[in-house]
Amino acid sequence: MSNLLIVAELDESHLKAATLSAIGFARKVGEMAGGSFEVLIAGKDVSTIAESLRAYGAAAVLMADDDALKNPVADQFAQLVFDVARQRNASMVVGAVSTFSKDILPRAAALLDAGMLSDVVDAHKEGDQLIFKRAMYAGNIIATVSLEGNVRVFTVRAAAFAVPSKVSEISPLVPVALDVSKVTSRMEFVERKTKASTRPDPTEARVVVSGGRGVKSAEDFERLIGGLADAFGGAAGSSRALVDAGMAPNSLQIGQTGKMVAPDLYVAVGLSGAIQHLAGIKDSKVIVAINKDPEAPIFEVSDYGIVGDLYQLVPELIGLLKK
Amino acid sequence: MKSPATGNALKILVPIKRVPDTDTRIRLKGDGSVDWDGVKFVINPFDAIALEEALRIGEKSGPVEIVVVSVGVEACVEQLRTGLAMGAERAILVRTDAALDPLAVAKFLVAVCLKENPNLILMGKQATDDDASQVGPMMAALLGWGQATFVSKVEFLENNTRIRCERETDAGIETLTMSLPALLTTDLRLNEPRYVSLPGIMKARKKPLQEISLAEISQTPSTRTRILKMEVPAKRKAGVRLAGVVELVDKLKNEATII
Repeated sequence: MSNLLIVAELDESHLKAATLSAIGFARKVGEMAGGSFEVLIAGKDVSTIAESLRAYGAAAVLMADDDALKNPVADQFAQLVFDVARQRNASMVVGAVSTFSKDILPRAAALLDAGMLSDVVDAHKEGDQLIFKRAMYAGNIIATVSLEGNVRVFTVRAAAFAVPSKVSEISPLVPVALDVSKVTSRMEFVERKTKASTRPDPTEARVVVSGGRGVKSAEDFERLIGGLADAFGGAAGSSRALVDAGMAPNSLQIGQTGKMVAPDLYVAVGLSGAIQHLAGIKDSKVIVAINKDPEAPIFEVSDYGIVGDLYQLVPELIGLLKK
Repeated sequence: MKSPATGNALKILVPIKRVPDTDTRIRLKGDGSVDWDGVKFVINPFDAIALEEALRIGEKSGPVEIVVVSVGVEACVEQLRTGLAMGAERAILVRTDAALDPLAVAKFLVAVCLKENPNLILMGKQATDDDASQVGPMMAALLGWGQATFVSKVEFLENNTRIRCERETDAGIETLTMSLPALLTTDLRLNEPRYVSLPGIMKARKKPLQEISLAEISQTPSTRTRILKMEVPAKRKAGVRLAGVVELVDKLKNEATII
């Protein structure tokens, strides 16, 4: 029997959609190994989000709503996860892959003296044992791994676990029995500079349009890559080269050292397809490449490819899609 | 970075991991184990960025003592020597052949840390072999220190007693301040590591490289994660070349039925 604690994540004042995939993982583990799961939602003014989380079959939605959690810092939030995991007797602590989870969950794991698996893409049962899959060596190897211990910590890749259907029974809402303001911290939040964007996050979008070296300026990136993303109703993404050159924001970098995406449609524009970039896109359902170099490695993994000048093709494509 | 030369002396510990060169495509042998034949090893690129940052802190705010430390097999000496050639003063290898998971590595590095007493730990945000991104925050937890992960800018404050960091998060750039001691993990855009110079290599030969056993730091090898099997993922097949965007839109609508 397992008792999972899902750590919900906020995107400003909204629930990150990836949290639902983490609940999908919890439901899958529950079906295989028995047991139940609870969801921890911690922040400031989170009651509406907590309410929305009651529809997914959790044994409880645990809410910590406190001024001190408006801009949480790692040591404080990890301590909160640790305390709640202990109070609730959690045997597995789970979050969706993100910079937030990568900051918090290893820290909480060490406090719990728990082993951890990052970036899990599959869970199944062999005999009595749950085993997991994760990528290594820039996605060139998929490892099947086991993790021992009374408490175990996981981050799971959102695209790998289905968003669960809602259930009729509403989960009880339980305030976390903890005075959050008493959790001390050695760290102070100063500010967060977010790029105002109306586009979805690349990890959550059905369509992702990414630009590479073929894009020559920040203006072109916005007009062509952003414009094509908008025409598809999707997200913009970028290769490392454009982020390094300051032409695209760091939060759009796709690949081994940036974000891993698996949209229905990935459109790679002027992007050659280095191993590290391919590691972040290879689970996309359909990949389209537009590149003037017919030898570009991106064509080897693309379902549809067009050899040609992106400065001519992308405006044409935007025009067609808008019709 | 601004901090007065009269500021409190800094001692920086830089954990570095030996990983396969990121341009290598890792392959499996018939028995399902990794084929290491001909694979070149390097300092984990993110750890090289961490070491570079430590060196720059020394150049700008000196004097700084920089110690590089690795956990693992004898061959890690190569990467430690490279770290010394880049400019670190001393190197420590916690010598073990055991299979380890991130929590075990974090505990060993913390044990070294308690002996060395640095006031700053700088390390990569992830290692490019297993991409776990765990050891840094685990060490910060075990030490009870503040942490800043995915750091893209570092600035010292108040006579080197506090630090201000910018970090690259999914939501944008976040700024934190914290008192030292602290642990930072470095992101790609913090700096570009220097190349090792010939004089650097010559000097490195004379720098101290200490090997210590797990017994010397009162640790035992352990791992809770076990790799049961490794596989090469199914390759995507190259699809078709299209003449232009009209055909593309048609395929996306009528064949892939995505739009």
